Amino acid sequence: MSDQDVPTAGETEVEEPALIHGAPSSLSRGQLVVHVDSGNYIEIVTALRDDGYAFCSDLTAVDYLLAIDRPVAVGVTPERFEVSVALLNMEEGRRVRVRAQVPEREATLPTLFEIFPGSEAMEREVYDMFGIVFEGHPDLTRILMPDDWEGHPLRKDYPIGRIPVQFKEAPGQR
Amino acid sequence: MTDLTKETDEGAQEIRARSETSDTVRALEEGAVLRGVSHEDVDVEITDAETMIINMGPQHPSTHGVLRLMLELDGETVLRCKPIVGYLHTGMEKQGEDLTYLQGPTNVTRMDYASPLNNELVFALAVEQLLEVEIPERATWIRMLMSELQRIASHLLFLATNGLDLGAISMAIYGFRDRESVLAFLEKTTGLRMNHNYIRPGGVAADLPDGWREDVLKVCDYLPSRLDEYDELLTGQPIWRERTQGIGVITTEQALALSTTGPILRSTGLAWDLRRTMPYLRYDQVEFDVVVGSYGDVFDRYAIRLNEVRESIGIIRQIVDRMPVGDYRVQDKKVTPPPRARIDESMEALIHHFKIFTEGFKVPEGEVYVAIESPRGELGCYIVSDGSARPYRMHIRAPSFVNLQTLPHLMRGGFVADAVAIISSVDPIMGEVDR
Repeated sequence: MSDQDVPTAGETEVEEPALIHGAPSSLSRGQLVVHVDSGNYIEIVTALRDDGYAFCSDLTAVDYLLAIDRPVAVGVTPERFEVSVALLNMEEGRRVRVRAQVPEREATLPTLFEIFPGSEAMEREVYDMFGIVFEGHPDLTRILMPDDWEGHPLRKDYPIGRIPVQFKEAPGQR
Repeated sequence: MTDLTKETDEGAQEIRARSETSDTVRALEEGAVLRGVSHEDVDVEITDAETMIINMGPQHPSTHGVLRLMLELDGETVLRCKPIVGYLHTGMEKQGEDLTYLQGPTNVTRMDYASPLNNELVFALAVEQLLEVEIPERATWIRMLMSELQRIASHLLFLATNGLDLGAISMAIYGFRDRESVLAFLEKTTGLRMNHNYIRPGGVAADLPDGWREDVLKVCDYLPSRLDEYDELLTGQPIWRERTQGIGVITTEQALALSTTGPILRSTGLAWDLRRTMPYLRYDQVEFDVVVGSYGDVFDRYAIRLNEVRESIGIIRQIVDRMPVGDYRVQDKKVTPPPRARIDESMEALIHHFKIFTEGFKVPEGEVYVAIESPRGELGCYIVSDGSARPYRMHIRAPSFVNLQTLPHLMRGGFVADAVAIISSVDPIMGEVDR
């Protein structure tokens, strides 16, 4: 990546989004964001890794069910789920965030495990909380909730409410 | 016997018998992913008949709360290990979506309960970046002061529990006693020993109390002699070194691949400290050293934390000298509630007060990821705002949660007794792991 196609933190929102490895990018409060979908997700993350963003500091997801008409960067089709990966360039002390659009009807993404083994637990957490399946993940099981739990708590259609204490063998009402 | 298994079974999250485990999963559990070993050359000759799978925790004194480890043992040697978490999961990220930005700190402060002020700090920084407000100088320096005091308290707690886990009981008592001297000041300033809700979006909750300078300097004068005593008690002691040196070794490449941060990463020799490498607050204006190790073992991680306390004391002395005068919170009436006295005189103040405490202040649409250096590593906060008074999504990147992934790698081939030392040196806080 050359220096020209990276907007610096001081710039305001660019009219024509700079393309980073062919993917649209934008600035969110001065933070560089690259927008991808499940098709070019692995390709872009690998390219960014080779650019020096070789540390995966965070991986999480957002359910935009209640904000499906949110404003998005030019060239991005908004979907219900977004997986947000925070990458870090330790040489230059810079961060980039990859936001992958994940459709509701096919909530799958390829796993980052081969590129960043450290994303293992974080992908399990996203699977547990949002039900997004990471294809190729070696051990995609629930991590925070019990195995027999129904539903994915951080989805927006999963209400906050009192849940009866769970006892094994006793059918709960949930 | 079968009923007993059924009642305690967690299902697929658990470790499986060797014969039922696929090669990839076994490699993962053995930490081979990191060492780049092919699946075939790992203990091919071992069978289920020779090994035993046992549970360590969740109720085990050395697992720092409710961490459960499933260990596959060959005699006394650990072959595989899988951390099973979630026993303290209380849905705090979900809860965070239901609390206003003003109530948010009361939620996040309960995650890493050994360093609550850092959690509040990262939340406040993220909200302020979304709001695009400038925080007064004094508030920033107060935050730095509190953050460093918290780092000392957290590291002293680590030293205490690390000593406790390895049988140095006097260290446990010393550590807890000296931590109390810091907590006493935090209590005087914030009103509580833990879970302060002191650092809030817009500044801090209250100015420093009268005589804070003397109190802080008293702590700074008291601790160095105690630290020297710890050195005498543990650092040079042959038994301590036997128990810690060369145990649980990890290299820089492995730590980076596992997204490890904090003292574990620095113990491998990489000087990565967000306070230095990507400064926030005013860390670029104070002088301190980033403490690194060279072997990446349990001893290095102990020594790093011990010496980081010394560095923090140095930072605090500089802060005491340079604390500016001014406001302790931003004077933006849309973010900061008005002073109590103004409410009686001014209609506008009353309205602002009412608005802020009933519906909260609104934050413009957007999303940010902000990270700080907590005592355990990179503590990140990802907030998505939809323009309302509550976060649309609030996610905390918990350093303990990510660092726990190193356990299978650190433990492989060690003894069960070393496992205790290794868990202790990773210093997980389960409140933060499970959130």
